[in-house]
This record gives sequence, structure tokens and C-alpha cells, in this order.
Amino acid sequence: MTSASMTNGSAPKAPVRIARAIPHTVSPGLWALAWKRLKCDRVGVASLVIVLLFILMMIASATGLIAKDWAKETGANYAPPSFIGADIEGGAPAAGASPSGMAAAPSSSDFKSEVVDPLADVLAEIKGEKKPAATDAAVPGADAGKSVDPLADVMADIRKDAKSAKADVVEARTATLPLGGDKWGRDVLKKTIKGSETSIFVGLAAAAVATLLGTVFGAIAGYYGKWVDDAFNWFYSVFSSIPYLLLILAVAAVLNQKGTLTIILILGLTGWTGTFRLIRGEYLKHKAREYVQAADAIGASNGSRMFRHIFPNVSHVVLVQLSIYTVLFIKAEVILSFLGFGVPVDVVSWGSMLNEAQNELILGKWWQLAAAGTAMAVLVTAFSLFTDALRDALDPKLKGLAGA
Amino acid sequence: MTAYIIRRLWQMVPTLLGVIVLVFILFNWVGGDPAYVLAGKISNQEQIDNIRRQLGVDQPWFVQLWIFIKQVLTGDFGASWSTNEKVSDILATRLGPSLTVLVPLLIIDTLLSIGLALAVAYVRGSLTDRAVMIACTVGLSISVLVYIIVFQYFFAYKLGWFPVQGWGNGFWENLITYARLPILIGLVVSIAPNLRLYRTFFLDEINQDYVRTARAKGLSENRIMWIHVLRNASIPIITNLMAGLPSLLLGAFLIERFFSIPGIGREVILAVERSDFPVIKALTVYVAFATMASNLLADLMYKAADPRVQLK
Repeated sequence: MTSASMTNGSAPKAPVRIARAIPHTVSPGLWALAWKRLKCDRVGVASLVIVLLFILMMIASATGLIAKDWAKETGANYAPPSFIGADIEGGAPAAGASPSGMAAAPSSSDFKSEVVDPLADVLAEIKGEKKPAATDAAVPGADAGKSVDPLADVMADIRKDAKSAKADVVEARTATLPLGGDKWGRDVLKKTIKGSETSIFVGLAAAAVATLLGTVFGAIAGYYGKWVDDAFNWFYSVFSSIPYLLLILAVAAVLNQKGTLTIILILGLTGWTGTFRLIRGEYLKHKAREYVQAADAIGASNGSRMFRHIFPNVSHVVLVQLSIYTVLFIKAEVILSFLGFGVPVDVVSWGSMLNEAQNELILGKWWQLAAAGTAMAVLVTAFSLFTDALRDALDPKLKGLAGA
Repeated sequence: MTAYIIRRLWQMVPTLLGVIVLVFILFNWVGGDPAYVLAGKISNQEQIDNIRRQLGVDQPWFVQLWIFIKQVLTGDFGASWSTNEKVSDILATRLGPSLTVLVPLLIIDTLLSIGLALAVAYVRGSLTDRAVMIACTVGLSISVLVYIIVFQYFFAYKLGWFPVQGWGNGFWENLITYARLPILIGLVVSIAPNLRLYRTFFLDEINQDYVRTARAKGLSENRIMWIHVLRNASIPIITNLMAGLPSLLLGAFLIERFFSIPGIGREVILAVERSDFPVIKALTVYVAFATMASNLLADLMYKAADPRVQLK
């Protein structure tokens, strides 16, 4: 007997002779049934398509098919989105208007207006100055630091060098970009695509780690019971008595080293408690069932009973948990990266885009905020709707309980 | 009842010990030698040795653990590594501003989400119900960050309805002037998930037999919803409320950061940014304790809400 036939439940009980006499039709398995139900759910299918599109975009961006040159400064600084048209205000808001030092960079740099712009020389100088910095190290932030540096005069000779390079900087840049440009004239559309790579990957990977831990711990605790269960429950109550975000921040403070892997570990290692609780309950319920006794009778080992026999019967719970956690962790990554505890500065993520956008908004440059915020909202909405649809499809008894 | 409370308090001891050990492992072992963390701030080797002696990190680990347990029991976590302010003072002075924002937020949020959830549960399946649910799902998907950034820009900076940020000295001044926009943003963020959740709780109750009986008795719909259904749905609502209570201590740290409110949440972020371990350690332990206390409180409230509940 295989675990697959166990999943079907009814079929294998019948004597062999009768099974031959009746035309043998395999009853559809749990997954086939769930898929059939999911296909009928129009909202579920639509959200699945959107989620898959995002994942496809992430893979395409990770393999370098699209948005490879996101760090290239192709447009004017703060180039407005194409559908609005080029910025005609010229040297708009004064740099001092912003309460934050970061935003004190030149706020407008439309090349058509450069002739009449009284600040044109200064702008050109600052723009030119960026050239060497941009070529030897693609670290955003270094440029901004320089433009507000009170000691910038010391850099005069560097600027002189840069002036010769100014010509090709100017001709390579366009006044507008599809979704606008950021402070350094990088394409917001490409940044958003590149940012999805970080955010979705971190979300999926951290959810995988958390669900894996929760499932293994829950399986062991629920299956063995007794003191093992007590030990894991103690572990659980310790972890769950510290609020989740505080635990994440504490681990972030301790590790004090930024990187995609670090943040996946932080989120994954702290997030297993919810899955643990559910899976433990499922294993407690399943371990006394007849099919597990049958597995025991044919000499299946503990490990085999836990993961080959029981696991397929609780895997739908795991899948829904994975989906829930992905949404949760995408949101958490954005917040952590925003605060600067997430991915390093040279990696773009939606969180770091929102961080930049916070200062840009005061200058009236809303497009980066809109792009990152909308991309995230669309993905998270689709993913949550898909999670609901998935849960309804896998466990129709629950239908109507949550939402809809 | 008293016996139950004593037993529950006694059961907290192993969990609290676990939290202490976890925090200890995190900060004294994973976090590495605090002297190295401090080395960025103090470069003098002699001073570092001095500090190591003061913190007791030149002692074996069990002595260090004992020092930490003593700190937890006496509430004296020493001084902050960054500002040299006493940790207990930091926490005491930051608690007020956090509560000024979060207590009104919690009260308004609970009343509003219960009221709205009862209303949409009453008209379940209708266009209003579906529209509200869709709005909640979409609203939930927008990052908290976007809400804060946009609201702060639009309502405070652009329209000038609220101060952009800041904090005063008087309680009323803070509540009336500075806390308004943070509370509004907090409401926008927290009502959507609570409304969705409470609606499902009410839907579970609304088809029960006792509701039909109450109708048959000729009770008004208002009385049925607000007295009968609400009381029966109160247990999961209490669970949800109490689970959110410890975060009251932690504060809505993003809101506090954006609006420069000198609360606990902002302090946590500052401490993480500065690797100020004593502050984070103290907060983690206290908040864990508050979580356990609020779990106990929740169980006691179940009994008050539903006399059928047996406290074991």
C-alpha cells in the first residue's frame, strides 16, 4: 500500500476480484479535486495568474533577461513619468525646503530648461561630479552624501575631471521615463522589477524556512507526544511570548550584518510558531487513525509513518501556511528594508524604494512611491485572495468562514 | 479562582526562564563580545577592558547568566550603551507617549471594528457586505509605510490639518494636537484586519438557534445583535484583543518613528540602530512578561464573558 492510495481513502478496501469485475476507475485524489475546485473559482484563478506573473517577472529579472541595467542612470534626475510629460518648471522647489538632509540634492534637472536655469552651472557640476562615483562603485547614496557635503570644495579637482565627461552623460539621458526616474535618474520601472526580485524571493524563501521548521517541529511534537511534546511546547511558548516584530528586531540587532540570506534566516527562524501549532494538532489527530496503525503493522518506521504516511494527509495545511507566510514575510521584508535592517544598500527592494520615496514626496516626486506601493499592493492582494481560494479548494468545509 | 491564578503564575516560571535563556544566548553568544560592539564607540583598549569588567563579560558564562537573571529580577538593566541613561529610566519615560497614542487607538479601534463588523454581518451577502470586504482586502494589502508616508504628506504637510511631527510636554496638548494623526493612521491600518476577523466571528453566531429563539421572543434586532450575538462572539474577540495588548507596550514603532514621538517603539528602533543591547534585552524580557500576563488576563476574562467556561 502506498501513501498515495491512502490519500484516496476508499479504493483499496475492496477485495481484488470485485475490483477487477467492475471497470476500474481511480477516484480523483485530493490534489486533483482541489485543482478542480480552484479552477471553478474565478477570483482564485485570476489571482493565481497575477501571482504567477509576478514570479515569472522575478525569475526573468534574476536571470538577467529584464531590468538588468536598473542601476544605469538613463534619465534626468527625477525624470517624470512619460504620461505626464517633461518637467517644465525648471529649478523647482528649493533644496532647503526638505526637512531631511538626504533630499537636499538638486530637485530638477530638465535639460531643455537648462539654458534659462540660473542654477544650471551648479547642477551641471553636481551632475558631472557623479560620473566617477557612478563608474567605480555603483553605490547609491554616495552621490547624495557628496552633494550635501559642506567640504565639497575639496573635491574641486575631481569635478574638473568630471566636466569633460559631462557631455556624454547629458546626451545619454532622457527627460522622461516610462514610470519616472529617481534622484539619480534611474528608471523606476526597472527598479520596481528588480525590487520585486528581492521582495518576492525573500518572502518565498523565508516562508519556506519557517514552514519547514514549523512542520518538522510540529510533526515530531505531535507524533511522539509525552516529554518530547512538552519540550517543544515549552520552546513554542518561549518564542511566542516575545512579540514577533520585537524578536525580528532583536535578531537583526544581534546579527548586525545585512544581506538577503540574513533576512531570510531572521524571518524564517522566528516565524515557525504558527505552523508548529497547527501541524502539531494535525499529527495528534492523525497518529491514532487506522491507516497509521496499518502502517505500523506492516513495519513502517517512525520516520516513515510521520512523513510518508501522515504527511500527505496534512500537506494541504502546510501549503496554506506557506501561502499565508509568504504574504506576511513580503510585508515584513519591506518594513525591515525600509528601516535599514533588511537588504544592503546596493540591493534594491520595495522597502528601500519606499525609503527613498519618503523624501522625494516632499519635493512632489510621487512616482517612485506610487510604483513600489502599487506593485506591492497588487501582489499582496492577489496572493491573499489566492490563499483564500487555495484554502477553500483544499478544505471545502471551511468555505465561507473567512471572508468572501 | 485564587488557586487558579497562583497555578498559572507558577506555570509562567519555566517560560520566563526560557525567554531569559533565549535572550541571553542571542545577545551574549550570537551577538558576540559586547566589547567589540562598543569598540566602535570607545577606541581605548583600557576603557574596553574596564567596560568588560563592569559588564561582567570577562566572567564564565554561568556567572554572566546569573548577572542577567539578577538584572531581570531587580529590574536594573544598567545603563544604555549609547546615552548612558539608565535603562529603567528610558523605559519609564518612553511609556507615557506610547500609551497616549495607543490607548485611545485601541479603544476607538475596538468599538469601531465591533460596530462595523456587526453591521456588515447583519447584512451578510449583500452588496454592502461584499464591498466592505473587498475594501478591507485591498486596504490590508497596502503597506503600512505607504499609509504613513501619504497621510503625513497629504494631511499634515500639504493641507496642514495636523502638525507634521513633534511632541509636546502636556498630556492634553499631546493628545489633542500631536496624537490625532498618528491615531487616525493607526485606525486605518488596524480596522481592516479586525473588521474582517470579527465579521467571521459574528457570522459563526448569527445562524445559531438562540438567535432564532430571541427573534421568536420578539426581541428587537438591535438587542439580538448587540446583546446576544456580541456576548456569544466575545471569546474570540477577547483572544484577539489580548493578543494585541503586549504590542501596546511595544508601541506602533513605525508611527512613532515617522512622527518623532518619543515612545517605546521609537526607542526600540534607535536601540537596534545603535546596537544598544541593554535596552533591547530589557524590552524583550518585559514585553514577554506582559504577553504572558495578558494571556492570563484573557483566560480570566473568558470566565467573565461566558460562565460556562471552566478554569482548569
